[in-house]
Amino acid sequence: MKLTMHVNGREVTGEAEGRTLLSAFLRDALGLTGTHIGCDTSQCGACTVHVDGRQVKSCTMFAAEAEGAQVTTIEGMENADGSLSVIQQAFQDHHGLQCGFCTPGMVMAAAALLRDIPQPTEAQIRAHLDGNICRCTGYHNIVKAILAASGQPVAMAAE
Amino acid sequence: MYNFDFVKPATVEEALAALSDEDAQPLSGGQTLIPSMKQRLNAPSKLVSLLGIAALKGVKTSGDVMEIGATTTHAEVAAQATAYPALAALAGAIGDPAVRNRGTLGGSLANNDPAACYPAAVLASGATVVTSGREIAADDFFDGMFTTALDDGEIVTAVKFPIPQAAAYVKFEQPASRFPLCGVFVAKYADGVRVAVTGASEEGVFRWTEAEAALSADFSAGALTDLSLPADGMMTDLHGSAEYRAHLVKVLTGRAVSAAA
Ligand SMILES: Cc1cc2nc3c(=O)[nH]c(=O)nc-3n(C[C@H](O)[C@H](O)[C@H](O)COP(=O)(O)OP(=O)(O)OC[C@H]3O[C@@H](n4cnc5c(N)ncnc54)[C@H](O)[C@@H]3O)c2cc1C
Ligand code: FES
Ligand code: FES
Repeated sequence: MKLTMHVNGREVTGEAEGRTLLSAFLRDALGLTGTHIGCDTSQCGACTVHVDGRQVKSCTMFAAEAEGAQVTTIEGMENADGSLSVIQQAFQDHHGLQCGFCTPGMVMAAAALLRDIPQPTEAQIRAHLDGNICRCTGYHNIVKAILAASGQPVAMAAE
Repeated sequence: MYNFDFVKPATVEEALAALSDEDAQPLSGGQTLIPSMKQRLNAPSKLVSLLGIAALKGVKTSGDVMEIGATTTHAEVAAQATAYPALAALAGAIGDPAVRNRGTLGGSLANNDPAACYPAAVLASGATVVTSGREIAADDFFDGMFTTALDDGEIVTAVKFPIPQAAAYVKFEQPASRFPLCGVFVAKYADGVRVAVTGASEEGVFRWTEAEAALSADFSAGALTDLSLPADGMMTDLHGSAEYRAHLVKVLTGRAVSAAA
């Protein structure tokens, strides 16, 4: 079947089967490989994208369910001039990533949180990241990055 | 995953017609069905998405009954079920934010996972499950692990929850799966208290009737002191033994009563 949706503000059309997952559609049909597939079993959150403004795991949604929807992926997070968005820059400044595999999902989860709660507490940030697993950082610097992105004070990482 | 035909009807009638095919199955949030299809535990020839049916979505309260449409997501219940705070809190603590944005009430009930949260709320509230053909009392709906009273081709359309005077749900989370290792929903009504337990029994969700009798006489955690739940028929797995779960049920029931009172 042919699917049409709006991805990062652009109308796109691609071919999909019933079983095509949104993650596969984004990566294979559209070439947007920033959305990572870590577990493919809805455990890790690396595949997190926004569909109609809501954070979902794209490995656990059929592409056909996103027909006509507004989809935002990590590729849609940069500023219009191509520079890093506030959240992305905060991840870099606070060493919120090491291998970077979980990062697209972490950034999308953080963006969803900050839209609902612009100044979250540390506990709210940790609770919101329940479905996003990172095997490298130990999470502390991810939490710091999100606190910083929300405009709240955090100790800078050592130079 | 094996391939299938995907259809997304706009009305319940069209959905039922599409489901009359052998091997057709309803799809709601997909948070349980998609993982099970990936594992090839499930291989429907046709999936009928219920998410295009506007009539199946939403939270309505009239008098002391709250009616929630089957495809209302956990996140929507958390935000909209303000007239039944214990239910809103339960929905807001299922899985993680992404699961709550897709997973639905109807999917959770139809699936009847022995550790799912919603079945405890439905059973403790003495709710009514409304389907495409009839109304089923909660006491008759859950039929053991992963089994319900639903017939083939019958879909859950809504659930009617009588709103209790006081209620709370307390779960002990299994941190890897984010499902409850055990969870207890306590609800106090004018005619008595109901206590439903998930995550503990090999038969799935159940009512702890001894605790209900004790709490109906005295709605305080102290009323449970002399009770104990036998370990027979409780689940044993790598996260906890039957004895541990039986013990947890009592502890969590006490905490739920304290939270509700
Ligand atoms: C990481 C993770 C963590 C989770 N944690 C929890 C948790 O803590 N507590 C908890 O309770 N659950 C948890 N879940 C399960 C989650 O709540 C699911 O959303 C829910 O169990 C199924 O709902 P669904 O809408 O996704 O159903 P689907 O996956 O779409 O469907 C499930 C089954 O129900 C059938 N079905 C769907 N809708 C209907 C209907 N209206 N009528 C008849 N049959 C129907 C389908 O055919 C299928 O067999 C978790 C899931 C994940 C992935
Ligand atoms: S790849 Fe989707 S949750 Fe891990
Ligand atoms: S930075 Fe490596 S998994 Fe998170």
